[in-house]
Amino acid sequence: MSKYTLHINGETRTVDVAPDTPLLWVLRDSLGLLGTKFGCGAGHCGACTVHLNGVPTRACMTPVSTVGRKQVTTIEGLDPKGNHPLQQAWQELDVPQCGYCQAGQILTAAVLLKENPNPSDEEIDGALAGNLCRCGTYLRIREGIHKAAQLAKKGGK
Amino acid sequence: MSASKLENAGRRDFLRKSVLGGGGLVLGYYLQSAGSAFAQVAKPSAAPIGDFTPNAFIRISSDGKVTLISKQPEIGQGIKTSLPMVIAEELEVNWKDVVIVQGDLNPAYGRQSAGGSTSTPTNYEEFHQLGATARTMLVQAAALTWGVPVGDCHAADSAVHHRPSKRKLGYGQLAAKASTLPVPGKEVVVLKDSKDFKLLGKRIGGVDNPAVVTGKPLFGIDVQLPGLLYAVYEKSPAFGGKVVSANLEAIKALPGVRDAFVIEGTANLNGLMPGVAIVADSTWAAFSARRQLKVTWDEGRVAQESWAGFTAKANELAKKPGGQTLRRDGDAAKALAGAAKVVEAAYSYPFISHTSIEPQNCTAHVRDGAVEIWAPTQNPNAAQDAVTRLFGIPKEKVTLHITRSGGGFGRRLAADYVLEAVAIAQRVAAPVKLTWTREDDLRHDHFRPGGFHFLKGGVDGAGKLVAWHNHFVTFANDGKFGSGASLSGDEFPGRWVENCLLEQTAIDCGIPMGPWRAPGSCVFAWVFHSFIDELAHAAGRDPLEFRLELLGNRDEVASTVGGLNYNVSRMRNVLKTAADKAGWGKKLPRGRGQGIAFHFSHRGYIAQVAEVTVSKAGELKVDRVVVATDIGAQVVNLSGAENQVQGSVVDGLGTLMFQELNIERGRIVQGNFNEYPMIRIPDAPTKIEVHFLKTDYPVTGLGEPALPPLAPAVCNAIFAATGKRVRQFPLSRTDLRWS
Repeated sequence: MSKYTLHINGETRTVDVAPDTPLLWVLRDSLGLLGTKFGCGAGHCGACTVHLNGVPTRACMTPVSTVGRKQVTTIEGLDPKGNHPLQQAWQELDVPQCGYCQAGQILTAAVLLKENPNPSDEEIDGALAGNLCRCGTYLRIREGIHKAAQLAKKGGK
Repeated sequence: MSASKLENAGRRDFLRKSVLGGGGLVLGYYLQSAGSAFAQVAKPSAAPIGDFTPNAFIRISSDGKVTLISKQPEIGQGIKTSLPMVIAEELEVNWKDVVIVQGDLNPAYGRQSAGGSTSTPTNYEEFHQLGATARTMLVQAAALTWGVPVGDCHAADSAVHHRPSKRKLGYGQLAAKASTLPVPGKEVVVLKDSKDFKLLGKRIGGVDNPAVVTGKPLFGIDVQLPGLLYAVYEKSPAFGGKVVSANLEAIKALPGVRDAFVIEGTANLNGLMPGVAIVADSTWAAFSARRQLKVTWDEGRVAQESWAGFTAKANELAKKPGGQTLRRDGDAAKALAGAAKVVEAAYSYPFISHTSIEPQNCTAHVRDGAVEIWAPTQNPNAAQDAVTRLFGIPKEKVTLHITRSGGGFGRRLAADYVLEAVAIAQRVAAPVKLTWTREDDLRHDHFRPGGFHFLKGGVDGAGKLVAWHNHFVTFANDGKFGSGASLSGDEFPGRWVENCLLEQTAIDCGIPMGPWRAPGSCVFAWVFHSFIDELAHAAGRDPLEFRLELLGNRDEVASTVGGLNYNVSRMRNVLKTAADKAGWGKKLPRGRGQGIAFHFSHRGYIAQVAEVTVSKAGELKVDRVVVATDIGAQVVNLSGAENQVQGSVVDGLGTLMFQELNIERGRIVQGNFNEYPMIRIPDAPTKIEVHFLKTDYPVTGLGEPALPPLAPAVCNAIFAATGKRVRQFPLSRTDLRWS
């Protein structure tokens, strides 16, 4: 066991865990941040996507010992009030079915929109191809990202 | 309340008749006995004084807050939103005033299983009654308060209004008074006329969406309790293998490990299988310790089984007469001999997994001869029964909290993972959460059975289908067919072809099988509508015209060998609608094509037209899918219904394109999504249009029936585009290149 000081959603948190513990399980079991999901444990499904210094990262493949001083953003910290344009669009268009993968979808899409504020369907497909949605909400995910792009423009974000 | 009693009674009466008539067998079976939820409900004893709780599902407090119980498990099908909408509609309450709470397993709620697309049809009428009863009592309470006739009062916007004096009282203000009134009988409760619906048929967002998009705990895997321990469970890679020995002492010495032990289990392939449990301080400690686990298994005879072996066996069986004759009309052999054109083809599909994205998990706490369970389950009643049966814990001592499920697709109808959690919790003096890995989930599913269809069909000189012979080679466990692995002699086109012989032979195997979204239908529709397409082309006929002729002009075709009555006019209507909306028959260049298919299952009539592009390199893109559905008189939540249909189309396409498990030495070869690909966003259709035909038939569910027609519609479109016929799942087995 080793102590790690992590910067998560703008807060500093200290945990005492085995060095090879994936960030996913630190978030879920040690810190009670349960929005980051376990889907495959091997980086294939994207349900565990978080931001590390703004880069979409698979928390299930990221040992806590490698996080260092990087800023970790989870779905709980994407927007202080849960009003990120993607979170608004997802609710407005009723994107989720079971909802399990959607935190990963939203966090991946958030980085896409930051880099490309007005993506085409093809660009969305390219950016989101690593995020599995077993319920098949892909058409609404595409629509949701377009909608969020509009909302962001209106909101000046 | 503007409902006309007379008209309304007529509508209800019609719906009841429909229940007894067309397609009524299944509905009659599924519908709960009249008033079951009423009969069993009691006012919760803990209800604060002044709260109005006319039944187990509704609570209105004096501050105007309306709490509705969602009784059914939510697995992504939207039932936690749609069933409470039915109560809210009749209750005349503003949706924004409603708080929805997931109910635990409770006899007061009646049956709580979410399977077979039955949640809506089994509860729809009763939920209208529940809401209308409460509304009637609130109106009475207001009339009594004001000393005015009930007839001058009406309910709207979470309040009762007195029209002549323009007074109103909010539901919160009426709660205390209403709670003193007797619950009226059905005869005095007037249901709303559908033309006055304000909520039903509208687009309402999922009630858990705010929690989903902000990452609040909702799912089974999110359960956290003080002192919680974490468990993993290793089973034999070859199904049902028994533990001979394991390095338990070495495992127990690993960091964070609290205990490790063997669970003997049972021989039930869908129950508690033998294995080794590891209990630890964290999920990761348990996962890490498991990597050091060494088990010697007694694999038994299942280790002889393989998909290659099953295929060879199926080809051998195809040469012989079938083990069972499911249907024999006319003389198929003679009609084939005399047919103008004969087509012969073999279709096959592999075993596949449900792969719900939340791996199976369950939390259990055993103390004082009782057990408390938190489970993402589709079938809490069955889970409770299974726990009682296996462990001898009396039913009343098995408390079950139903969590949201990260997908179900039929997998969570089984209780195996609940039994494992309870078996582990019996050895641990703390609550314990069992978490399966993805590999556990993929390799220890109750799989959709594979199957082989050996088909012959004949058309006469006029291009009419006159002969159909299918020998279906399928799978059984100890003589019992897998779920969805048995064909009904009434399955279309049985009952429609003059000379029809349907035979079935089962290969006995030790591979666990279970219901997979639209069991049976999810593969039968593909095989039969692909083969019908082959026959249409052989006859030189338009595939739509050929199907319309085959369906014929009867209104209803009765069950003959235990299948369901089939309403042909409903199917003709959806088929024509799908064709019209899709612009069926339009001229497309080579490499692009349209395909059509229809299927009746789960009380729903669905037709689909797919439009595809196949590149010269053989890559498929589904450009557009047009879906026409007849699921009865009312779409409850338009947004949820459309989501279910679009999801079914995507799921059906993913199954067709990618899904395949290989079996070697009695075990599943694939372990994770890198080896078992699932459909991703780039392969999702560009456009899916959904048309809901509103008919006078009973309302039904939509979790399943929109899936089966997708694969044949796409495969028929691929044929139209390329001339290549897809006769095996998945698509990668067929070379689609063209020049």
